[in-house]
Amino acid sequence: MTGTQKVLLAVEGITKAYPGVVANSDVSFEIREGEVHSLLGENGAGKSTLVKMIYGLVKPDSGRMTLRGGAYEPRKPGEARASGVAMVFQHFSLFDALNVAENVALGMENPPRLAELASRIRQVSEEYGLPLDPSRLVGDLSAGERQRVEIIRCLLQDPKLLIMDEPTSVLTPQEVDILFKTLRQLSAEGTAILYISHKLEEIRALCDSATILRRGKVVASCNPREKTARELAELMVGETLTPPARTGKAPGPVALDVTGLSVASPNPFGTSLQNIHMTVQKGEILGIAGVAGNGQDELLLALSGEIRTAADAVKIDGRGVGDLGPNERRRAGLVAAPEERLGHAAAPDMSLTENALLSGAVRKELVKGGMIDWPATRTFAEGVVKDFDVRTPGIGTAARALSGGNLQKFVIGRELSQEPSVIVVNQPTWGVDAAAAASIRQALIDRAAAGAAVVVISQDLDELLEIADRFCALNGGRLSAPRPVQGLTVDEIGLMMGGAHGMEVAHVHA
Amino acid sequence: MFMLEKRPSPSRFWTGATPILAVALTMIAGGILFALLGKNPLEAIRTIFFDPLFGDNAWYYRAQLLVKAGPLVLIAIGLSLGFRAGIWNIGAEGQYILGAICGAAVGLAFYPAQHWYIFPLMILAGALGGWAWAMIPAVLKTKFGTNEILVSLMLVYVAQNLLAEMAIGPLRNPQGSGFPGSRDLSQYPSAANLELIPGTGIHWGVIAAFVAVIAAYVLLQRHILGFQIRLAGQAPRAARFAGVKPDRLVLICMGLSGALAGLAGMFEVAGPAGKISIDFASGYGFTAIIVAFLGRLHPVGILLAGLLMALTYVGGDIAQSNLGLPSAAIQAFQGMLLFFLLAVDLLSNYRIRFGLKEAR
Amino acid sequence: MDLSAINPAVLIASLMVSATPILLAAIGELVVEKSGVLNLGVEGMMITGAICGFAAAVETGSPVAGFIAAAVGASLLSLIFAVLTQYLLANQVATGLALTLFGLGFSAMIGQGYVGMKPPLTPDLRIPILSDIPVLGEILFRHDLMVYVSLALVAAVWAVLKYSRVGLILRAVGENHDAAHALGYKVIRIRILALMFGGACAGLGGAYLSLIRVPSWTQGMTAGAGWIALAIVVFASWKPWRVLLGAYLFGGITVLQLNLQAAGVKVPVQYLSMSPYLITILVLVIMSANRSRASLNAPASLGKSFHASY
Repeated sequence: MTGTQKVLLAVEGITKAYPGVVANSDVSFEIREGEVHSLLGENGAGKSTLVKMIYGLVKPDSGRMTLRGGAYEPRKPGEARASGVAMVFQHFSLFDALNVAENVALGMENPPRLAELASRIRQVSEEYGLPLDPSRLVGDLSAGERQRVEIIRCLLQDPKLLIMDEPTSVLTPQEVDILFKTLRQLSAEGTAILYISHKLEEIRALCDSATILRRGKVVASCNPREKTARELAELMVGETLTPPARTGKAPGPVALDVTGLSVASPNPFGTSLQNIHMTVQKGEILGIAGVAGNGQDELLLALSGEIRTAADAVKIDGRGVGDLGPNERRRAGLVAAPEERLGHAAAPDMSLTENALLSGAVRKELVKGGMIDWPATRTFAEGVVKDFDVRTPGIGTAARALSGGNLQKFVIGRELSQEPSVIVVNQPTWGVDAAAAASIRQALIDRAAAGAAVVVISQDLDELLEIADRFCALNGGRLSAPRPVQGLTVDEIGLMMGGAHGMEVAHVHA
Repeated sequence: MFMLEKRPSPSRFWTGATPILAVALTMIAGGILFALLGKNPLEAIRTIFFDPLFGDNAWYYRAQLLVKAGPLVLIAIGLSLGFRAGIWNIGAEGQYILGAICGAAVGLAFYPAQHWYIFPLMILAGALGGWAWAMIPAVLKTKFGTNEILVSLMLVYVAQNLLAEMAIGPLRNPQGSGFPGSRDLSQYPSAANLELIPGTGIHWGVIAAFVAVIAAYVLLQRHILGFQIRLAGQAPRAARFAGVKPDRLVLICMGLSGALAGLAGMFEVAGPAGKISIDFASGYGFTAIIVAFLGRLHPVGILLAGLLMALTYVGGDIAQSNLGLPSAAIQAFQGMLLFFLLAVDLLSNYRIRFGLKEAR
Repeated sequence: MDLSAINPAVLIASLMVSATPILLAAIGELVVEKSGVLNLGVEGMMITGAICGFAAAVETGSPVAGFIAAAVGASLLSLIFAVLTQYLLANQVATGLALTLFGLGFSAMIGQGYVGMKPPLTPDLRIPILSDIPVLGEILFRHDLMVYVSLALVAAVWAVLKYSRVGLILRAVGENHDAAHALGYKVIRIRILALMFGGACAGLGGAYLSLIRVPSWTQGMTAGAGWIALAIVVFASWKPWRVLLGAYLFGGITVLQLNLQAAGVKVPVQYLSMSPYLITILVLVIMSANRSRASLNAPASLGKSFHASY
């Protein structure tokens, strides 16, 4: 596909402002028929707002869009779908308790009867190498399969433009390959694809052209294949990034020892942990990869003490703590930072001071005889804000008023400031801007260098390869044997993550 | 049309101003309601809100204010702890009745002996009775995950039947010529909850309410349990992360609110009501829910809200005898107050923008 | 004590009558909860329906007008709940309680003038031929119209939820309102309609009490029926036919204890009167203790406020 095709969608001078923030400012770009066009930008660069306008979920303040030369002003998603624009969401668009066919029907304007729809789902899903059983409950599907539901839902409506929002964040490398085959097939059939991502290598592998957004503005348009990943990254971030500094040091004795840990998930659609073994030594970072929903949340809960197990399943410095709650484990030296910042790691409506008390009470001795020492708590919160460069009007500010990156710095800083001997974090830089992510990674490395045992659970492979000493993967609640990061290939990592779940037979005809 | 925009932090101004706004709106809507009933709205409002404080016989009504506010505040303080933690004890009325039955039963068991320890024992029995009744939904919730709203509420109806049974059965006054109802405890010195300072309406229940307000204030502001209660209500997962045991919190909050409701019932039966009778339960347990919300679940707010709600009771009685305003109108009026409060509540967390410009 | 005075056929027939108010209220609340809203104000809407229906029937002399007025009145009351929770984002538990407290006071106020009156009689339909079947005819085919309306409603709700697109959208909204919004469905509008339907059903249930079952008006006459309807929705795991089962079981217990009272069983009347509430608690415990896949049927967004964030 090159510039010879007709323009399908043209976006001209689109501006959208929310109170206090301009999400998009005078954004213009074009997508041609059959083109795979990338929208590249950091978290908060305005990509999501832009595609929501194209999909009719948000109305622009000014500017205009044309579809095949005609005015295009979708007032709701239904109108966008009727015009041939379909979207695969990153989150929020599937219903766990409904089956695949029902989920597909909900995304269509005039769905056929369910029996007929089911047979069409089977047919289309095989045609594009994305096998799917229409009668299964969506809540029981893997992340990759859930994405297939969304894609099939779009394909059944013969879209002219398919919008994909961060589609690979939930896939193993093998599944990514299969997805890319499907997308290339679609592109060859004339369907244009608007591909949103911040993963540079993928974009260079897949896309014909790219529009790069920074703080709501278009900063560049280019052919990504003609740029290096580093050039793209610098366009996207606007500054030169320095990778975190490591000092090679021999790890010390085992600090965290997990033996035969099996845990039933507290969530009806969750993944139970099965017979997990791992050891982490002082001064070492163990990276745990895996596609979302393979037991990451459960592993963090079992390590933090929110789920209790047999005493000897989890040992800190040789002492069994599996039957202890979060505060007793903190006393033993273990701190944890869950993935969900608002609502789990922090209480949204409480001030930073109160949130500092939330997990710091034990190790910082902020409670004496049941009474809270507020002055000491404020001092602790101020220390975290200062040491971790948290941008906030003050420690009396509610947690939800902070940006994602700043709150994450506060949460991680709160845990790291407690002189822990074991640190467990889940998705430490998810949804965080590049600068904050770099400082969080550096802080984790520094703690390990200072002698802490660190477990980083993450779905970002690049992050793990950057900071971890050893690497393993969660797949269906089981943990693979850890291997040194040095010398690992992407294929090996993909196989540890479970390869392509149930998709080995896919694309036989492709 | 209007659009809501979430504030970065709750507005301090509106947190304090919404109850006042809600009261003002309720007065307007109540005025309209009274006008529809054919009463002069201004006169009705004046009779309810002004006369008990400054009108004729105000000395009597002011004392009545404390008598009515005492149980309301006592119950509402307990409920507010649970409501803050997302634990919905709706059955305070039942716990109030059980507290009264148990307190009265202990007192009557000693009749006619005179001992200093009878009244303290009754206090203990009242608190235990309310506590035990509240423990039923609490234990069922922690053991089986049963919905505490429905169970505590069902137990109100059970308690009402039990009350009737007590009044005509075991606790009936043997010298009452067969009429339902127990002996008059207020005529039995060792068991009577008497007015401590004549003319003020202050009895032990009022003292207990003040103590509860102060204790709840300290608990919520300074004690780790108060922090855990607030945390559990706002962010249950964060609470678990902070080491809060949800089951323990359910037992504590339900137990505390049950014990306080039981105390309120016991003070009522030994004092203002005097005896166990079929119509002893007057709905304080339900009105206290309004008091708790009107006071924004804050101890000092609840104290003020309890006084205000007592005013509507006392003023409603005056309006009933002087203007013929039906007593049910006051009940509707109180319900309306809660509606308006919930409606304006969003001002503290959201900004309202009117006339949103439709772009394009 | 004379248990032989209890005639099983009459017992079952009166069970249906006794269950109908709760059945109506519960099937309405089921639809509301399926859309993801928890309206605890059923008791308030029922009692409002009871007095609106009673007053309208007395004033017009027509029970049908009474039932229509009951549905409209309770549905208007549910609209207050809808505005508060859907537009003003008020806490659903607190608002539901407010609705009940307000409904009890409001109905008592309107009802003052109607205490002691008799409503116009609602005739029983004698379905030709079927009603002449021995025993079965007496049990099933000699009821008033509302008994059949309530059964038809259960069937309709079941069919709509299971087979129709409207039902699918309603379930989707209750399951995940953010996803439904992202797909372009009007979450708030759908929920308001569900709430009004629930209000109308509760109103019919209340009017059934005051016009047929009792039939007269007394203050607070619903005596917890609305709360029991809420419990039955939980008991039924949000399934329409199990709502029917639950309501009839409950109706059976009520009728049985009334019959035992009449037969002069040597248990104090008060203890018999508390039995329906105790059994409701027992059933709730059994249902919640046995939480397997059944709990998955609970709408995932139940009771959560929805506010489109973009």
